[in-house]
Amino acid sequence: MIKVEGLTKRYARTVAVDNITFEVEKGEIVGFLGPNGAGKTTTMRVLTCFLPPTAGTASVAGFDVLEKPLEVKKHIGYLPETPPLYPEMEVDEYLRFTGKLKGISGSDIDRRVDEVTGRCAIGDVRNKLIGKLSKGYRQRVGLAQAIIHNPDVLILDEPTSGLDPKQIIEIRELLKSLAGDHTIILSTHILSEVEHSCQRVIIINQGKLVAIDSVDNLTNRLRGSEAVAIEVEAANGRPNPTEVQQRLEQVAGVSRVVMRNSKDSRLSFEVESLQGRHIRADLARTVVQSGWNLSELKAVGLSLEDIFLQLTAGEEKARQENSVEAVTVSQEGAQQ
Amino acid sequence: MKNILLICQKELKSYFASPIAYLLMAFFGLIFGFGFYTATRDFVRFSFQAQMMGQQGPMNVNEQIIRPLLGFASTVALFLIPMITMRLFAEEKKTGTIELLLTSPITDMQIILGKWLGSMLLYLCVLAMSAINMAMLFAWGKPDLQPVLVAYLGLILQGGCLLAIGAFISTLTKNQIIAGGVTFFVCLLLWLLSWFTAFDSSASAQVVNYLSIVTHFENFGKGVLDSKDVIFYVSMIFFSLFITSRSMESLRWRA
Repeated sequence: MIKVEGLTKRYARTVAVDNITFEVEKGEIVGFLGPNGAGKTTTMRVLTCFLPPTAGTASVAGFDVLEKPLEVKKHIGYLPETPPLYPEMEVDEYLRFTGKLKGISGSDIDRRVDEVTGRCAIGDVRNKLIGKLSKGYRQRVGLAQAIIHNPDVLILDEPTSGLDPKQIIEIRELLKSLAGDHTIILSTHILSEVEHSCQRVIIINQGKLVAIDSVDNLTNRLRGSEAVAIEVEAANGRPNPTEVQQRLEQVAGVSRVVMRNSKDSRLSFEVESLQGRHIRADLARTVVQSGWNLSELKAVGLSLEDIFLQLTAGEEKARQENSVEAVTVSQEGAQQ
Repeated sequence: MKNILLICQKELKSYFASPIAYLLMAFFGLIFGFGFYTATRDFVRFSFQAQMMGQQGPMNVNEQIIRPLLGFASTVALFLIPMITMRLFAEEKKTGTIELLLTSPITDMQIILGKWLGSMLLYLCVLAMSAINMAMLFAWGKPDLQPVLVAYLGLILQGGCLLAIGAFISTLTKNQIIAGGVTFFVCLLLWLLSWFTAFDSSASAQVVNYLSIVTHFENFGKGVLDSKDVIFYVSMIFFSLFITSRSMESLRWRA
């Protein structure tokens, strides 16, 4: 449904998004996770044709964002970080306006407005001025605006920021009910958010793609593993990369081996351990016993871990802001 | 077309949802009414004097009242137009609603035309305030209708032109005050251009004079419909709306 290839967005001085590639299948809910300033919003803006990419391509529902922007826009419902609301309009009037703007015909508009107001639970404020609404209602009106034309793809930029826990749960439920016929990308800087509502996660940091994985895999990888950079050199000639990789994978406690580089006779890998396992000694032994030279072995900070720390730091902050949320989270922790 | 009207309708609604529309209409109505009062008072006084001196026939209402009055209106419009256009894009950029418009399946040009049309309609509402005074002239005097219509056409074209320039300036900033201020400055400059070149007949002065928005209104004010002036205004409107669309495009690249 969504295809992004080598996407790069440069502003005057900074690179906001750097060579990102990912794909989202139809009906998936994908979380876009990263600390503030990671490039989430920029990526979303490229997907919604608000910003053109500097390099690379992005397509939605088979239409390229640069070549067929109008088609792309027809298939997308977008909720920006600050909901784009006109304070001087009434909710009903606003939804009619956005509905028509997105090409709903006059005969369908009433039905659609009824449906989205029901779905987003804003029926009781339909005749109120948007300027008078509370933050939670505004967010939901923004969401109603995004789904009014029943788009194939929903792009939501921090849909739950600034809401109280009850409202967050409501939005999560709403998103779940939308999944299936809609493909949803939502961004957040809070990890638990993703755990609750998404099937897959795309983590980016400083514009670079850090990981794409299912939520379960990712949380397993994140918890307490260590990463080791290892460089292997053959005593005579070039070692067989697959052979080396296999040997390394067989070491007890290794969860993942990724080849980083191969130069002349040297091969370098990044090896991740399972939770709480120390694998460096075993790795060294394996390499030497196999008859290769071990030219380098060092623990590297798992890039994911750094991100995770930043993310959890963000979560910590959110928790302080939101004591009720904190209680539910700690209860979850206690159960585990 | 449907989209243009949709945006236009939205703009009009938001003008009338805030005090700005009523304020502008009241302001223009007052100033124009004051101008009308002075012009008619003097006219009445002069025609009495003329009669006492034994002059034959009534004085010309078109020449004595309407022409200076509508010339005055065209100057007042210069001051009102920045207040109409300053929010057009600056406000949407500030509140982020521009993101809604730019990610909806409509083209930039439709947005621009819709907004320009909306501001144009408000401007017409403002101008319509002068109809009260004009109606009095037609009720108790016998002015020629045709020159009045031509002068109003001139006011509309001049307004459309300045509104388009104002819309362009509004795309350049998030700050309404700056948009309004710069538009005001540009309006003033276009007005003053005709002064700078009043006694200068060199080629460059001719060019500068040609660019002055006000110079072209003078003919309309006299009731003369010259295709040269119409073409000037219409092409200025097109040009301004075109650079507005360029500016919107660059907004995407710069944002």
